[in-house]
Amino acid sequence: MNLTLKIWRQKDANTKGKMVDYPISGVEPDMSFLEMLDVLNEELISKGEEPVEFDHDCREGICGACSLQINGEPHGPDRGVTTCQLHMRMFKDGDTITIEPFRATAFPVIKDLIVDRSSFDRIQQAGGFISVNTSGNTIDANAIPVNKDDADDSFNAATCIGCGACVAACKNASAMLFTSAKVSQFALLPQGQIEATDRVLNMVRQMDEEGFGNCSNTGACEIECPKGISLENIARMNREYLSANMKK
Amino acid sequence: MSGMLNSTIARKVAMALSAIFLLIFLLQHFIINFTSVISESTFNELSHFMGTNFLVQFLMQPILIFAVVFHFVMGFILEVKNKKARSISYKSFNASANTTWVSRNMIYSGLVILAFIVLHFIDFWFPEINHKYIEFAPEDPTRYYGELVEKFHNPIRVGAYVIAFVLLALHLLHGFQSAFQSVGFNNKFTPALKTFGKFFAICIPLGFIFIALFHHFNQ
Repeated sequence: MNLTLKIWRQKDANTKGKMVDYPISGVEPDMSFLEMLDVLNEELISKGEEPVEFDHDCREGICGACSLQINGEPHGPDRGVTTCQLHMRMFKDGDTITIEPFRATAFPVIKDLIVDRSSFDRIQQAGGFISVNTSGNTIDANAIPVNKDDADDSFNAATCIGCGACVAACKNASAMLFTSAKVSQFALLPQGQIEATDRVLNMVRQMDEEGFGNCSNTGACEIECPKGISLENIARMNREYLSANMKK
Repeated sequence: MSGMLNSTIARKVAMALSAIFLLIFLLQHFIINFTSVISESTFNELSHFMGTNFLVQFLMQPILIFAVVFHFVMGFILEVKNKKARSISYKSFNASANTTWVSRNMIYSGLVILAFIVLHFIDFWFPEINHKYIEFAPEDPTRYYGELVEKFHNPIRVGAYVIAFVLLALHLLHGFQSAFQSVGFNNKFTPALKTFGKFFAICIPLGFIFIALFHHFNQ
């Protein structure tokens, strides 16, 4: 396959970036998208040019490191996959592919296609945990009965890998799907009930402080989420938030 | 409760509650207006009641005006925050791949509806207030039907009403279910609610269009 890549290049956080065209040939349909970028970078390095910086780690769709807005969609045109799981067979010979970093005020660009997603870490740190006494008398988690439906919903929420595709897809750059998944995974379990009030209040406050937008319920986040996190989590978080405010 | 008023969730919930109130008002308004197609005397009786009842005039009407103003002002406040949340826009943003046009353009359909409400106030509300509370004109319980029919004589006004109600239908196609999602309603009844929402969003504005066209062509 011969392709033209239009890639966002930006030297650093303080420099203005621009789109740069890169023709690439010999791309195999079975390559992953990141392998295709590896090929491009090897060509650039061999020519003495600066390689394109992009985030990646596990390349198995479980770490949430890879990002990229590909042809106007986070993680590209395929559904239920991260960029590392996107294959070049999704494109046609002769295509022009636009590759940009995830765009949000709360996700500032560090370099080229790499953005700073530590705002997600701060939301998580604000309440996305449970406090457990580990001094020796900890109760075995399996000894606490949990309703099967709640356990399944909690597990589904916990599959969120925090990649930021929800923010990237949302027209408002809202982080409601991410935050609600992190709230839900605990809110649905007995272990999460003790700190439930403070958790949702603190996580929502941190989400707002980071500068993310509002949820307009367009559903873009749910469709683009590589893990299929449901909008039900946002409704649950809204209920939790209203309930927590009544208690406080 | 202190931080609640500044939170995005609280603002969206307040927005949704005002929307649900306006949905109920819209249904009530449609039912009364529709009687003008069936019976002139019934329409006059209902309009006279609504126009002279103390609770409707001095409790429900101020609440309604507050809800309308609040819904629009909060909509603009949320829109400003949303624009700030993405200060640098994408070169390529394939929004149609994952969202509907109506869900992305609520602010624009809302602006058309706002313009319509201004026209509607000029047409009906200001003359009504002038008639009752400024001129203190004697009440004629049979005047309402004639005033309604007279307004729909002008084809330009009828055209403006039709366009506004098409935009209202588009606004409600997303807004109806979205309001319930914002207040935390998402469960096994949501598919039925979505279906009912689409029915409401299409039938009520279509009914208003029918009323305008009926009186225009029936003169």
